[in-house]
Amino acid sequence: MEGHSQYTPKSGFARWLERRLPILSFMHDSFVSYPTPKNLNYMWVFGAILSFMLVAQIVTGVVLAMHYTPETTLAFDSVEKIMRDVNWGTILRYAHANGASMFFLAVYLHIFRGMYYGSYKDPREVLWILGVVIFMLMMATGFLGYVLPWGQMSFWAATVITNLFSAIPVVGTAITTWLLGGYSVDNPTLNRFYALHYLVPFIIVAIVALHVWALHVTGQNNPSGVEVKDVKKETVPFTPYATMKDAVGIAAFLVVYAWLTFFVPNYLGHPDNYIEANPLVTPPHIVPEWYFLPFYAILRAIPNKLLGVTALFASILITAALPWLDTSKVKSAVYRPLFRKEFWIFVAVCIGLGYLGAQPAEGAYLWFARLLSAYYFLHFLVILPIIGKVEKPEPVPESIDASILRGETSHV
Amino acid sequence: MSEARARSTKRQSSVNRLSLVPLTIAAAMTLVSPAWSQQEAPPSATDQVAAPEAKEKESRHESERHEQKPKRFDWSFAGAFGRYDQAQLRRGFKVYKEVCSSCHSIKMLAFRNLSQPGGPEFPEKEVEALAASYKIKDGPNQAGEYFDRPGRPSDRFPPPFANEQAARAALAGNYPPDMSVLAKARGYSRGFPLFLIDALPGFSYQEHGVDYIASLMEGYEDPPPDVKLPEGQFYDPYMPGRRIGMPPPLSDGVVTYDDGAPQTIDQYAKDVSAFMMWVAEPHLESRKRVGLGVVAFLLVFVGLLYFTKRRIWSGVPH
Repeated sequence: MEGHSQYTPKSGFARWLERRLPILSFMHDSFVSYPTPKNLNYMWVFGAILSFMLVAQIVTGVVLAMHYTPETTLAFDSVEKIMRDVNWGTILRYAHANGASMFFLAVYLHIFRGMYYGSYKDPREVLWILGVVIFMLMMATGFLGYVLPWGQMSFWAATVITNLFSAIPVVGTAITTWLLGGYSVDNPTLNRFYALHYLVPFIIVAIVALHVWALHVTGQNNPSGVEVKDVKKETVPFTPYATMKDAVGIAAFLVVYAWLTFFVPNYLGHPDNYIEANPLVTPPHIVPEWYFLPFYAILRAIPNKLLGVTALFASILITAALPWLDTSKVKSAVYRPLFRKEFWIFVAVCIGLGYLGAQPAEGAYLWFARLLSAYYFLHFLVILPIIGKVEKPEPVPESIDASILRGETSHV
Repeated sequence: MSEARARSTKRQSSVNRLSLVPLTIAAAMTLVSPAWSQQEAPPSATDQVAAPEAKEKESRHESERHEQKPKRFDWSFAGAFGRYDQAQLRRGFKVYKEVCSSCHSIKMLAFRNLSQPGGPEFPEKEVEALAASYKIKDGPNQAGEYFDRPGRPSDRFPPPFANEQAARAALAGNYPPDMSVLAKARGYSRGFPLFLIDALPGFSYQEHGVDYIASLMEGYEDPPPDVKLPEGQFYDPYMPGRRIGMPPPLSDGVVTYDDGAPQTIDQYAKDVSAFMMWVAEPHLESRKRVGLGVVAFLLVFVGLLYFTKRRIWSGVPH
């Protein structure tokens, strides 16, 4: 997709720099002249929203780090000090905590969009896998960050999650001790979690750069799933077209984010996390943040610790194999009647697992969790490969322009 | 999610922590796989024979064991336009000072907070005088000794007990929780689907914690005849397990109000709960005020961006 740069340096300085480091033409080609399919709908704004959220989390996080103390007897109070005595501290902290939720909301929509329109298929497999890597790093960061306020849920979430590693045969206990820096969650754990919580986001930035690079090599997928055939006719330059549309998306997303932060900041949190960590009192129910609930439900559905942990990690890693599990030649669900139904069932299953993850793992809840967990894996391992073979796709348009002529795109 | 709020109400004050000592790792293992660890023992044969009557009794017992959902109060600080009621905060502080503070610490509250905007806003002179009436431990001085001095507005409220052990020794094994963030550390779930609307503009409900505290304060009752309470326990249907170690703290007329508000348990309960909400969230007013500006700006901004976008795209079939 990328041809010769269309960038011509205008000033003397730009010409001077361009001969030495062509960063201006690189920026121009990536964010100004970069061709984007003109039939993209609003589900394509989440890439920009996620970039925005990554920067927002880093900026609020760095400022919070200036006031936070990673020491078990001081951590809880230092967070409350931020809430009380630091200028704009209340808003900073609520923006960061709810920012994590908004980040995950956006990434889930981004992932489901990719699944619906077959964005993972040839030639975008590497792009997709890099996305899965980013998602896993996000989960690690979210978990590490949740531990820092050192409330009851922080402490017990850390205990439960690090304990997962002890399920590994033979070396499990040693690994857990090594991760914790001791035999239970304590000051060394908090210290290293803090260091890692600061580190991992910058690794995410690096992988995001690769993700964007891969995207700019293959070009974006689009709702029709048909590759761009004529760059001149079927694409528009990123600026102003995509930038403006992304701006609308980001601003609309910010309305929701601001509502959460300013008016219902504790809605997604757990009251127990306002109780300082106490190793001697176990909360009646240990519940992770909402964005981990589906995976938590899968973990608890299996009555064997090692298998449960394996299923937990498998449920995330299996998405990386999607390009090869989905056997259909057609990318977009728009032309795949069977897959379209299956997709929405899968979305419902994920939401159902999320609900069950927040319930006690007993009685009917447990059986539903088992049923849905089984379905989750069947979707990837059996249903998708079979649908691709048996489904008779509807006629796919020859080109993006043909799809637009059919009136298949939105006009908002 | 908010469903998680559900099982949040804690019983730090009534349960002796030592009785709960689980080995950290062992507890975690249990929690990771509740599938096989939390199942209740199957009913024995005798249970099944003892038919409906016993069942009914058991279910009644069950409902008595579970706490009642808190009442909903009409708080001035609820909703997007909510503001604290200054007179209420002042009354609530009086209740705290004269009743609660003999057992409950409030370690994150500084005297100066009482005169800051968005709170009870006592005059600074009054706050100085109030602070001076407390003795604050300070030191070491140049002789290397610790000494007591009169409080200053920048000091925080000194706790009633030197440490947890001192509190337990004085209060029959109970350890009253610190009240600084208690209003946010308590809550309950309204269950599916109501918890979903708790977040929505116009319906937003964030006052689970204060509702619980106010309900608890005015909820003390005589125990039903078939409930036997251990020594030093009291019956309160809003407390998890319905029993609480805190003796009923309020009674009509125990605190004198000088603004003509009714001197009843219900009024005290509401006032002190509102005060606790303010202590837990002292910047609530400025947060909501800024939020209104931010959301209003963003809504206009989205509109402007949207129409700009439409204009730009108008020449492109898409």
